[in-house]
Amino acid sequence: MTWEEMLPLLWPATVETAQMVGWSALFTVLFGLPLGVALVVFDRGGLRPMPALKSALGFVVNIGRSLPFIVLMIAIIPFTRLVVGTTIGTAAVVVPLTVGAVPFFARLVETALREVGTDVVQAAQAMGAGRAAIVRKVLLPEALPGLVAGLTVTVVALIGYSAMAGTIGGGGLGDLAIRYGYQRFETLVMIVTVVVLIVIVQLLQSLGDWVARRLSHK
Amino acid sequence: MIQASGLRKHYGETVALDGVDLHVREGEIYGVLGQSGAGKSTLLRCVNLLERPTAGTVAVAGQDLTALGDGELNRARQRIGMIHQHFALLSSRTVAGNVAFPLEVMGVPRAERRRRVAELLALVGLDGRGKDRPHQLSGGQKQRVGIARALAGNPSVLLSDEATSALDPATTQSILALLKRLNTELGLTILLITHEMDVVKTVCDSVAIMSGGRIEESGAVADLIRTPGARLTREIFPLPEPAPPGVVTLTFTGDPGRPVVSEVVRKFDVDVSILGGSIEELAGGSAGRLRVALDGAETGAALAYLRDCGLIVEVAGETREGRAA
Repeated sequence: MTWEEMLPLLWPATVETAQMVGWSALFTVLFGLPLGVALVVFDRGGLRPMPALKSALGFVVNIGRSLPFIVLMIAIIPFTRLVVGTTIGTAAVVVPLTVGAVPFFARLVETALREVGTDVVQAAQAMGAGRAAIVRKVLLPEALPGLVAGLTVTVVALIGYSAMAGTIGGGGLGDLAIRYGYQRFETLVMIVTVVVLIVIVQLLQSLGDWVARRLSHK
Repeated sequence: MIQASGLRKHYGETVALDGVDLHVREGEIYGVLGQSGAGKSTLLRCVNLLERPTAGTVAVAGQDLTALGDGELNRARQRIGMIHQHFALLSSRTVAGNVAFPLEVMGVPRAERRRRVAELLALVGLDGRGKDRPHQLSGGQKQRVGIARALAGNPSVLLSDEATSALDPATTQSILALLKRLNTELGLTILLITHEMDVVKTVCDSVAIMSGGRIEESGAVADLIRTPGARLTREIFPLPEPAPPGVVTLTFTGDPGRPVVSEVVRKFDVDVSILGGSIEELAGGSAGRLRVALDGAETGAALAYLRDCGLIVEVAGETREGRAA
């Protein structure tokens, strides 16, 4: 296969990967951030200790984290059909990607929030701040550099997951590499997709590090 | 202004507060002195209910905090300022943003907040530093931000949790001077906890000495110094304890200029040798403690004369009342 033949394949695949990762990253933040906050707030010694609820949430998160993504993807096919009405295509892939990444991101959110010193939380309590104000004005802003770092790691993981999702009809770079590079022995396609993936991951990681550094005022 | 009665705090088997009563009068600076682990930090945190006492009640400005629900407690806390050993500033906010935090919590409108923040920064001597980040400030400046933030709600009471313990001696003095000024100018009642005797000596009107979760001794500094055998006196003026039998320890407050020792030597047939002693400037005036040995026929009469001069005379090996001179 020549470059001229490959480029029309490579560009749409890259766009598909970007779409899958972009949408699922958005939904992951939407669901994972509140879940991570809940893991901290409801913990023993948290702002609103509810150990039973926290244990239940932790259990669900651990189930999500212990399933290999490729198994999870297939296992939740009925759920995917329920949500988007189909199980193939880019939109259908966003569901398992989100379900797979939410527990992962929630744990990273939890870790980032725990890094916020108890002294600033107590200082806010001493100033008469309620729980909602402490979450919104203390925990989240103080943890922001850590949250950005966690999001970066999650997006990179999503790129990896999206390659697997390609195998059930999601398209994208992973799908391209498997169909052309592996099944049709087009070594050049394999090498080029790997290089593109490496470049994307490097760029994202550098961007994430830069933003986290800019936000940190320690 | 602060009235705590029968405070107990248990952490499982550990007893942090073992029945503490505390009474802080309006407009005074009250120091709680003790080693780490004495329970003073728990006591302070019980005053604004950061720790809920296992038993006992706390009233601030006549309001029983232990009886309040969450919302009411938060409103009451907005009228109680607190400053912290490690400043507890938000690194995500500028200096001005930190001072504005309690105002946001109270729902003060933006324009009013801006005006009040400028006023508070000027009050603590940080004009024009509003846009700086906390990490750009020195320890003393950080604590000034902490103080400005604590004063945002016009509190009647300021709680200070080892506020100078992380600072060097010169900075400690400047922060204490600021607290003293706020106490005088704003009539602010200050309850501070510390393990540093210097803090008590410099600013405190009253003091409580804590150990093992109990208050061992409390009262106005001037009164305690005049109480024979008070632990505070021994700690302010360290002399070798116990004194050898027969050796006399003199404690005096007020005018240090009067030469009582030379008067005694001139009036009575005694020799006085000075074994040790010091004079300290306290918040309420100066006081001193002198250890002397008296030798001579009229020792008894000399001691009586010293008592008449208003000195506290303690003779080692005797009961506190002393023998009849």
